Amino acid sequence: MTNGDQALLRLDGVHTDIGRYQILYGVDLLVRRGQVTMLLGRNGAGKTTTLRTIMGLWKPRQGGIAFDGRSIGGMDTPEIARLGIAYVPENMGIFGKLTVRENMLLATGGQGFVEEQLDRVLAFFPALKLKWDSPAGSLSGGQKQMLAVGRAIIEPRRLLLVDEPTKGLSPAMVDQLVAALLGLKSEHTTILLVEQNFRVALAMGDDVAVMDQGRIVHSGSMAALGADERLQQHLLGLSMAAGT
Amino acid sequence: MSKQWLDRLRRAAPYAVTPLLVVAALPAIGPAPWVTLTVAGLTMGMMLFLVASGLTLIFGLMEVLNFAHAAFVTLGAYVTISVLRPLAGWTAQPSLVLNLAALLIALAAAAAASGTLGFVFERVIIRQVYGAPLRQILITIGALTVIEQLVIVLWGAEAIPLPKPASLRGSVFLGTSSIETYRLFALFVGLAVAVAMHLVLTRTRIGLVVRAGVEDREMVQALGYRIRRVFVGVFVAGTALAGMGGMMWGQYQTLVTSQIGDGMIILVFIILIIGGLGSVGGCFIGAILVGLTSNYVGFLAPKLALGSNILLMALILLWRPRGLFPIAEH
Amino acid sequence: MGSGLQQSPAIPAAEAATTPAPPTAASAAGESRARVRSWWSWILSDDPPGRLLLNAIMLLIFAAFLFAPFLFPGTKALGVASRICIFVILVASYDLMLGYTGIVSFAHTMFFGIGAYGVAILLASGWTGWGAVILGAAAGAAVSLVLAAAIGLLSLRLRTIFFSMITLAVASFAQIVAEQWRSLTGGEDGLTFSVPAILKPGFRLFAEPVLGVTVNGRVITYYLTFAVSLVLFLFMVRIVNSPFGRVLQAIRENEFRVEAMGYRVVAYRTMVSALSAAMAAFAGALMALVLGYNGPDATLSFSLMIDILLMIVIGGMGTMYGAIVGAILVVLAEYYLQNVLGAINGAVAGAPLLSALFHPDRWLLWLGILFVLIVTFFPQGLFGWLRHRR
Repeated sequence: MTNGDQALLRLDGVHTDIGRYQILYGVDLLVRRGQVTMLLGRNGAGKTTTLRTIMGLWKPRQGGIAFDGRSIGGMDTPEIARLGIAYVPENMGIFGKLTVRENMLLATGGQGFVEEQLDRVLAFFPALKLKWDSPAGSLSGGQKQMLAVGRAIIEPRRLLLVDEPTKGLSPAMVDQLVAALLGLKSEHTTILLVEQNFRVALAMGDDVAVMDQGRIVHSGSMAALGADERLQQHLLGLSMAAGT
Repeated sequence: MSKQWLDRLRRAAPYAVTPLLVVAALPAIGPAPWVTLTVAGLTMGMMLFLVASGLTLIFGLMEVLNFAHAAFVTLGAYVTISVLRPLAGWTAQPSLVLNLAALLIALAAAAAASGTLGFVFERVIIRQVYGAPLRQILITIGALTVIEQLVIVLWGAEAIPLPKPASLRGSVFLGTSSIETYRLFALFVGLAVAVAMHLVLTRTRIGLVVRAGVEDREMVQALGYRIRRVFVGVFVAGTALAGMGGMMWGQYQTLVTSQIGDGMIILVFIILIIGGLGSVGGCFIGAILVGLTSNYVGFLAPKLALGSNILLMALILLWRPRGLFPIAEH
Repeated sequence: MGSGLQQSPAIPAAEAATTPAPPTAASAAGESRARVRSWWSWILSDDPPGRLLLNAIMLLIFAAFLFAPFLFPGTKALGVASRICIFVILVASYDLMLGYTGIVSFAHTMFFGIGAYGVAILLASGWTGWGAVILGAAAGAAVSLVLAAAIGLLSLRLRTIFFSMITLAVASFAQIVAEQWRSLTGGEDGLTFSVPAILKPGFRLFAEPVLGVTVNGRVITYYLTFAVSLVLFLFMVRIVNSPFGRVLQAIRENEFRVEAMGYRVVAYRTMVSALSAAMAAFAGALMALVLGYNGPDATLSFSLMIDILLMIVIGGMGTMYGAIVGAILVVLAEYYLQNVLGAINGAVAGAPLLSALFHPDRWLLWLGILFVLIVTFFPQGLFGWLRHRR
């Protein structure tokens, strides 16, 4: 697609099994530095599995994963995280019994909060300040999502993996989240974003990869896909194109 | 509005069980014995908590149930016997300072011995069976049998007495109620450990990681924490606590056999079930409930005493099938 | 997990039943040979021990037990043989849950005890004769079945470990009840009673000894035990090879998939649990007859539970025949390992640590070590290993 040097993350022919079932059948994916890459596809196409494989939560049976030139396939999750990759899972991964503050604290290094970083996150998501000492389980769905993303960005990260952040959120919340993500984008954070909401995808994405049945069936620029309605229909079906 | 109230009531209800029990027992028992029994129950609860807290944390964090936990209790009791033999001079004297010094040394030794065995145990046995509940149960039961037999090999098959130190024998009087002095010591130690545990869990980074890990192990790893190492630490801490529990239980019973761990482990399991697997707070409350129940029923209806805790467990399970304070499923 | 355990079998469609293919034959001799073969395979439910060597070993074991009173005369040997037969049923029924369905229960000895008490209570109350025995056994089995089903429905939905802990508590409770309820169970001393006339040692079936052995009540008791055990064992082999059994094995491998296919996993687990409990109760009834006594130490102790685990793991989980191998090895070890240890002990009498390690009373240490080694390196057990390496 583009010059290899620009690739921060590269997947080559990755096959992943879950138990006895194969989910990924040779995924080739390129995530360019400083760009937002959208990962689209129907439910069950393997998008979440791809993210989890990158994060080391599932080990690939075959194929290579390279992060900034360094092979990470088969590494343990904590090591992968320490390379600077943050993961916001579909279920948000919030620790409900811990306070918002404690959730955020976990994402910082040994010294705890750094003033500017904390201010930055709270500027993106002011609601977190209100609930700072409440148990995270008492937050609304949208607030939890903010916490999850906030936690992922409080320390500078080299790559963000985000899985369906707008799922189940009210339109107002979606807007707030997209604004925050666009803010990140303007800071040239590299993001691999799984989304069902095509409108959000269009707003955010520079590059796009579409998955179906465990394979990448299309990759290219988001703008090009956005302009080609026939291709959208073909790849994503009516449900996606009509999505809010 | 009323739904909010009902909700609050639902969430507060488990906390009410212990106070209710304590208050209900008063008229049934009579004020003087009630004081004695309540202190006895709290003390027993503290000792049980020492042993149970480690087990519940280990389970909550890594979903490993160590059926060999009883062996660490037993080891603690026997190590205490060996450590107190050369210190017999200190324990025989009616000096509180010397006695406490001896006991604290024994406590430390029991914790160290059980903790060390725990480290080896995690490496050799537990590591192979993460995520395989069937093999876990089998292998830890096998290990339990082996360790208990080895204890007999090292210390002999006869029951060995473990007398209380001179200044902690007998009782103090609170009004008309008598309270065994040793019980106060045990209560103090138990509370100190519980407070220390609470502080570590709530005020330190490692405690934070453990609490988060109990809720969602994967996410903690995704945040960069090497949870395997944390687990070894928790396992060793848990077994060290079991050793301490064994020391105190052994001295409480004043007679130590190789089955001493087995005798208390059923109660420990009941506490885990009542409290909710993985919840340290639930474990604390569960331990107190079990201690109190044993003592109250032991006074009111001695024949029912042994089975009373199992009945308590059944009742609580009927009300809250996952225990009083369950942790969210992973 | 799963290494060494059987491969996941194909689950049948909901109602389909499988039938073994009828053998073809060329000649009349071939036909009768085929008839014998198909009769044989019916008895063993198409699940023979293995190929040549294993079948031969099993046949040898069968013959040894069939002629035990004549091969191993003496009261002690006969007692050991009876004990083995009873344990085979106890362990095989446990294998139904552990090896085939993946359930760990510590309440198995409770059902063993209930069956034994069923017979013991009736006979001890003065009602002698076979009516009491049959009613006692049936009552024990019925109570066990209902109790197991109740426990199952209430807790089999929970995780494996939670369920195990609860069974431990329940079994413990049963032990306490048995020890405390003197009027019913005789408390810690248990119940002693008279067995039916023909089982009494003084009874003579034939006036003259047969093949050098007096056929007395003990011999008859042994044959009764052997016969009932044989029937129950073959029954259980049939169960595991039926569609029901295949669903059980699938549950052990991947219960979510089975649930997704439309089978109610809790229902199956409860059923196997209840069946297993009933079998254990029958074993208990036999035990009571053999001992002429029952008490908490005879049937309810936790060390018996450990014995069952030793037998099933050493013999081989999920094979049924492993129960036979395991029961023989462990019972013989209990009786005769002590002699071996005693000999070694004599040899190392000088070194205190070594002689303590090899003291005859430490047989459980060595069996325990063997147990841990087998769970680690040979999870399929002795029989499973022999069966699959061919």
